Amino acid sequence: MIHAAPGGPFDAERVASPEILDKLNEAYDLDKPLYVQITKYLVSAAQGDFGPSFKYPGRSVAELIMSGLPTTIELAFYSILFAIFLGVSSGLLASLYPGKLLDVIPMSISLLGICIPSIILGPVLVLIFGIWYEILPVYGWGDNPGDKILPTITLGTAYAAIFARLTRGGMLEVLGQDFIRTARAKGLTEIRIVLVHALRAGILPVISFLGPAIAGLLAGSFVVETIFQINGVGRFYIQAAFNRDYTMILGTSILFTFMTLTFVLLSDILASFLNPTLRDSGGLE
Amino acid sequence: MRIIILIVFFLYNCSVDDNKISKVDEYSKKGILLLGNGTEPSGIDPHIVTGVPEHKILLALLEGLVIFNPQDNGVLPGVASNWEISEDGLEYTFTFNKNARWTNGDNVLPSDFEYSWKRILSSELGAQYADMLYVIKNAENYHKGKINNFSEVGVSSTGNKLKVVLENPTPYFLNILTHYATWPVHPDTVEKHGGMLSRSNQWTKKENFVGNGPFVLESWEINKSLKVKRNELYWGNSKNKINGIEFIPIDNELTQDRLFRSGGIHLANTVPTEKIKGYRENRPDVLFEHNYFGTYYYRINTTKYPLNNISFRKALSLSIDRELLIKSILKGNQIASYSFTPPNPQGYDPKTQLEFNPKKAKLLLDNSGYDTESPPIELLYNTSEGHQKIAQAIQEMWKKYLGLNIVLTNVDWKVYLSRETQGEYDISRAGWIGDYPDPFTFLDMMVTDRGNNKTGWSSKEYDKFLKLASAKINNDSRYKLYEQAEKILIEELPIIPIYTYTRTYLLSQKVKNWQKNILDTNPYQFLSLE
Repeated sequence: MIHAAPGGPFDAERVASPEILDKLNEAYDLDKPLYVQITKYLVSAAQGDFGPSFKYPGRSVAELIMSGLPTTIELAFYSILFAIFLGVSSGLLASLYPGKLLDVIPMSISLLGICIPSIILGPVLVLIFGIWYEILPVYGWGDNPGDKILPTITLGTAYAAIFARLTRGGMLEVLGQDFIRTARAKGLTEIRIVLVHALRAGILPVISFLGPAIAGLLAGSFVVETIFQINGVGRFYIQAAFNRDYTMILGTSILFTFMTLTFVLLSDILASFLNPTLRDSGGLE
Repeated sequence: MRIIILIVFFLYNCSVDDNKISKVDEYSKKGILLLGNGTEPSGIDPHIVTGVPEHKILLALLEGLVIFNPQDNGVLPGVASNWEISEDGLEYTFTFNKNARWTNGDNVLPSDFEYSWKRILSSELGAQYADMLYVIKNAENYHKGKINNFSEVGVSSTGNKLKVVLENPTPYFLNILTHYATWPVHPDTVEKHGGMLSRSNQWTKKENFVGNGPFVLESWEINKSLKVKRNELYWGNSKNKINGIEFIPIDNELTQDRLFRSGGIHLANTVPTEKIKGYRENRPDVLFEHNYFGTYYYRINTTKYPLNNISFRKALSLSIDRELLIKSILKGNQIASYSFTPPNPQGYDPKTQLEFNPKKAKLLLDNSGYDTESPPIELLYNTSEGHQKIAQAIQEMWKKYLGLNIVLTNVDWKVYLSRETQGEYDISRAGWIGDYPDPFTFLDMMVTDRGNNKTGWSSKEYDKFLKLASAKINNDSRYKLYEQAEKILIEELPIIPIYTYTRTYLLSQKVKNWQKNILDTNPYQFLSLE
């Protein structure tokens, strides 16, 4: 598809002569028919070779991806931890006091969290903590103490808000069920009822959403990586499309597809482990 | 509550510094420059790369025969300690500095330049800046495969001298040598890591890199930073006051602005347009604005109706109020352009005029035979808020003064380039920054069939003036011919100059000896940090 898009990897403001363009196309096999290019690429990709980058001569796509992948994964990991911690705890709190202030406040904040995109939240946090109060660095990842805090909050907030709403909904449904009433009748403490019995079932919507959330965090990290100048792989994803860096586009697309499928599968497995009804149905329902 | 206390305690401990010492303060003491450098460099091979961020890095890592003089846009001795020019201006003999060394200790030899120029002129490498060397005898023929023997190209070395024979007397040849495309690579290193003609050559990797500049490559983390440190073997090391430079790739100008304000970098190489006014009023000490050797212009497809009519093109130009555009839209101290070549401190001052005269414009339009029922004309530009604002303003002017319907089309960079090159446009926005301080870098573009012409325009007279100028050794007589060529260009308007670029950036006051020059080039060994 990218071959069909106007413009090529070697288009530049300073126009290269046709002879030079021929040499460049030859060097990267672009002079060959598309099916030959695709076949060659697939054979190489199966062996872990995603080809050379057109934009960065002398560097392979795999090398470039590997240079940013650990950072992107780390950013997504911290963000999901932050989202789970904040989202589940506030959702839990809200579910215990439905309709009261402790429900209305966290849920209103979570609605705000869902509504504010990271492209707005990031600069606002930078302005407050980085420029006005100067207590946190505004760029980088792992270079200065505390520079991981703002990117983590920026990326994780929207998911924390979703998790809060999912937890609240799941918990409210579970707290009204018979086995909770039975537990109360047996004289179990409220904390034990909520944290051991109710939460295990009430958190299931969160578990189901974990896979898409992690995939979304990884794929959506490019905005945060750009705002905070983080050297993750997300930036390559976008730059490659603008640069018509064909091999890089394919490489990053394969990577994100693979990660999305993996995390969705893992969250399904985790959900079925926690929820006996999913396990017992044998996937027939 | 405990959690909140813990978070506050954690944030407190993570604060940048108890005494609020910024990174700029800290690094200034260490003598290390922190430079915001635009996009991630595509590489550091001087014969392959083409961009400004790459140029800024190569300026630290490699050195050519001469160095750009930031004070007068001229040249200073580099690898060549001195040079002689023959009376006819065709032969240059460079004597090499015996102390010029590669970072591995090897001497920089004239034969290294022979090898390097052979490399960039080999078509197999696909170097996009090879034409910088076309002024050398037979260089173009070799590059285009018309001759295969490099010994026929006008470069030869004997002892510690390099002799260069030119096609024509080229008074700006020394200026061309300040361009990185002419800088050397270490032959053995290039051969060892992939060979002369390989674009996948690994010689630029940190562990392999051998350079001859005032700094040596220290580390390179993609999308994070490229660090260089002082080259102790550099011949001018004793005068170098900078211990190291960290080039930070920041492609988002708002991020870069925030980083500058928080004391993360000495230099933010751009300023968001909407913030220029604030800096002028509140921080004029860090805001730098000066002329740049570049022209913003509109390119006209002269092969299409009604733009193939000179009167129609003149009408377009006459109805652009450049001064108003600069005052109301650009707001950055730009200068209205009345010629293609920007004002040149080397003495070139074309006497061309582009007046704003709507009445005359309307008259010309009426007499051009333009059919008012014709389909609207498309104005193409690459996606950018700045280009859009200018396009909207000019669209409005053409509507108001000429009654023309102009359709604005914004497309992404690659689509824009492709459509321009294919001639699939009516009018498109364009910009050109000179590679060296001579009018030729602009005027050569509009010669018939030049790749960067893109307008379909051709003038035998224009080509003739440029050819005649190439035979002149004297700048005055050469400039006179250029002025005549420029006059034709402005008379026929295949391009409509709009304004001369201004470089606007933020520079910490801790950086000393910084020179505002039209090429925006400051060799780092001349700077110091307070």
